[in-house]
Amino acid sequence: MSFLKNLESRIQGLPRRAGWALLTPIATLVIAALVAAVILLVTGYSPISAASSMWSKGWELESVIDMLNRATPLYLSAIAVAIGFRMNIFNIGVEGQYILAGLVAAHVGAQFSIWAPAHIAVIILTAMATGAAWVAIPAILKVTRGVHEVISTIMMNIIGVAFVAAVLFRQWHQRDALNQKTAEIPETGRMPDLNDVVEFFFRDIERSPAGNPKKFLWGFIAVAVVVGIVYHIYVNRTRSGFDLRAGGINPDAALVSGVNPKKMIFTAMLLSGAVAGLVGLPEVLGRDYFYGLQFTQMLGFNGIAVALIGQNHAAGVALGAFLFGYLDTTGPILDTADEAPEEIIVIIKGAMIFVAIIIYAVARRHQLADQARAASRALTQRSNSTKKSSAQAGSSDEESEGVLADPVAEE
Amino acid sequence: MASGSAAIEATAAGDSTVAGQDGSIIELRGISKFFPGVIANENIDLSVKKGEIHAICGENGAGKSTLMKILYGMQPPDEGEILVRGQVVRLRSPKHAISNGIGMVHQHFMLADNLSVLENIILGAEPTSLGYIRKHQAEVEVEKLCQDYGLNVGIHTSTDELAVGQRQRVEIIKALYRGVEILILDEPTSVLVPQEVEDLFMTMREMRDQGKTLLFIDHKLDEVMEIADRITVLRAGRSVATLNNEDVSAHDLAELMIGSELPVPETYEDTTTDEVLLKVDGVSLDAEETDGLSKKEVLKDIHISVHKGEIVGIAGVEGNGQAELMEVLLGTRRVSKGKIHMAGEDITKWSTRRRREEKLGFIPEDRHKMGLMLPSPLWENAMLGHQGLRPYAFGGFWLMPRSARNKCQDIVSDFDVRTPSVKVPADALSGGNQQKLIIGREMSMHPKVLISAHPTRGIDVGAQAAVWDDLRIARREGLAVLLISADLDELIGLSDRLLVILRGEIVVELDPSQVTPRELGGYMTGATSAEAASEVATEEGAKQ
Repeated sequence: MSFLKNLESRIQGLPRRAGWALLTPIATLVIAALVAAVILLVTGYSPISAASSMWSKGWELESVIDMLNRATPLYLSAIAVAIGFRMNIFNIGVEGQYILAGLVAAHVGAQFSIWAPAHIAVIILTAMATGAAWVAIPAILKVTRGVHEVISTIMMNIIGVAFVAAVLFRQWHQRDALNQKTAEIPETGRMPDLNDVVEFFFRDIERSPAGNPKKFLWGFIAVAVVVGIVYHIYVNRTRSGFDLRAGGINPDAALVSGVNPKKMIFTAMLLSGAVAGLVGLPEVLGRDYFYGLQFTQMLGFNGIAVALIGQNHAAGVALGAFLFGYLDTTGPILDTADEAPEEIIVIIKGAMIFVAIIIYAVARRHQLADQARAASRALTQRSNSTKKSSAQAGSSDEESEGVLADPVAEE
Repeated sequence: MASGSAAIEATAAGDSTVAGQDGSIIELRGISKFFPGVIANENIDLSVKKGEIHAICGENGAGKSTLMKILYGMQPPDEGEILVRGQVVRLRSPKHAISNGIGMVHQHFMLADNLSVLENIILGAEPTSLGYIRKHQAEVEVEKLCQDYGLNVGIHTSTDELAVGQRQRVEIIKALYRGVEILILDEPTSVLVPQEVEDLFMTMREMRDQGKTLLFIDHKLDEVMEIADRITVLRAGRSVATLNNEDVSAHDLAELMIGSELPVPETYEDTTTDEVLLKVDGVSLDAEETDGLSKKEVLKDIHISVHKGEIVGIAGVEGNGQAELMEVLLGTRRVSKGKIHMAGEDITKWSTRRRREEKLGFIPEDRHKMGLMLPSPLWENAMLGHQGLRPYAFGGFWLMPRSARNKCQDIVSDFDVRTPSVKVPADALSGGNQQKLIIGREMSMHPKVLISAHPTRGIDVGAQAAVWDDLRIARREGLAVLLISADLDELIGLSDRLLVILRGEIVVELDPSQVTPRELGGYMTGATSAEAASEVATEEGAKQ
């Protein structure tokens, strides 16, 4: 029963909370779209026909699968960034962490073959450990020497990608006719696709003449969902998560409340790096089964934008990841249909980041003003009622007020 | 090319055209200012005569500071008009206010520490020719002002070597150098010890005699009665009355300010027991100097013992080691020497978390900086410091939001925190209510020892009385309280024993029932017999 009551009060409070929660991303999207429309108009394209072709093609099942496959790594990357943001740490190094982790995990995964779930688990854990190890260097520098993580993680990106990955890749790659790549992960280490699930709920996915599906929904999306849930629970329901948030919101107050700032900085950075390690796995485990030259780059930097748009909230980040996934997959459609240059998508994304920052700041101020008004209403209501009761009880203080003009008493 | 001397000439010229009706140099008509959820000023009328000291008094939150910020051009009023020398002006910025002859000395000084007195004074109003500072001219002018207004330090002294009172003097001279005729002083005495207050008042009287007009914000009524010619009382954003000093007593003022008598901090009966709950045993702390090479002893061989049911006050001018003492007790800084015991256990090596969880309560001096997560809801703020303890968490790691909200609801009703719900962010509450929440969160976890730094700073009189009551109740229930405060009345009124800290040393122990604020001020500045003080200090050390 108390559960029902709780639910009821939650539902009653929903419109107001949801109002603020939904208004901001929608407003962000609308304003960013307007900016893009203006640019299209100026450059001589029709924003309406571009939008309609994005909309109609974008919602075909095959496009949606592409969108989800793109959203999955973006989501993981954004969660990695968000963990840092919660503690006021800016992990720009997700880029280097996931590239290195993807390479090491692919290489390790190809070395053996065991029972499938264990094999996949080993690959995942290897990737997480690599990501965490790579960020551990900036983390140690920050905690012991006070080196700012923005500087050190950028450096580690360059070192990670240009030096370590190149050297390791040269060591590990197999030369075949067309491609440079690491050894292939055996069957047991591959993540099954989720096409059966999609086809059960919707319709059959289009087949090629040979009878193979044209698109596969990568199974790693399930891991992303689990990461999102664990992130949400960790941040909101554990003491460590509370320490993390407290340290981010007010480091001084957190310190005197017993939070060890160095420990929390270290924890936050390592957790961020561990999640970052997962970013490259959807395609390694779901598409390529090796690390090669087509390994997707820039997911780390895009993740920063997605975390920003999603305001570090597990569900908000998911929304942001879908949005970016949608834009990334419909962009090429625009180009092929000659509706608009594909680069317009980059402009929309850029505009969204700007608009998001502004809108969230404005919304936050309004929300606060809203609550401050409610608080002062509560205050005046209570003091009015006590004033009334004391006035009825006796008029002892009227003497002094009678001597000197007192506009307050005339209220 | 706005040179300092030009500014002086300009206002001197303006001076001759004083044209306000009935000699008022400033007139505010129907000034209102609204903030989200708060009416800071409502329809305030105020007229200030040329050459008077006009005090603005009222509780914290009565709207004094807002009104002065409007007059100094820092905020535009939402309604009403400002007349300076009979002319309606719209003050767009402090710079604009200064050009109208209005200056302000803020509660927190705005000086560049690494510059000299001279440089600070001319900063932004340098007399120049062709872009070069006319240093000699500046020196002559500033030297004269310093002599006239009792700043007896060399004008080339670095500002960070000055005492608080001297810094304040620099601020005043800075305003005068800009040719200001009307000077606003925002709670100027709050940072001063009694002797310095007298010096300040002397300077203020001199300035008045030279025809300057002073607006003086304060809530200490005896000071207002001593210095002001006329007094305007604000209450809840409205001006209640403007009175001549002769026509009114401090008692009347108090009633006007709050509608009832002023609460007095008093602890009533003695509840001190023999059981020592907090023992600081010869603690020293070395801190690195700013050059990073040499070390300075910021705490020297401190001995304090606080008994169950006792409030021990630490009095001292700010910056004499109070902050460091607090950090050492909380464990956010490690002692260099000595031991700290709580309830018989040696806690010197414990982490802050362990100390807090073993019932060390803490009320910080700056609630925004160290006490609250402003954007977070009240119930999360209530958890802060107890996030691993029941009823906020289960098993030390799993948070229980619902039970935390219930607990917070209890705090809200037990400690009279005025809020519509425990889900609003701490930001939305007034300072007094935020402080009540902090005190409630500490008290409701039944600490053994409470470190309380400036517990009533910046909150209104009603909330102040509530805080004092809470401390008294806690003391009766056997809490050991270490009270670090700058409010001498609070220290004398609440403490069972008083220790004076000076340059990192406990210099004397005093009996609050025997000491006056004036005497206490003497010890705090080191003016009163240091030999006698050190004798008592060694006695205290020997006792332990």
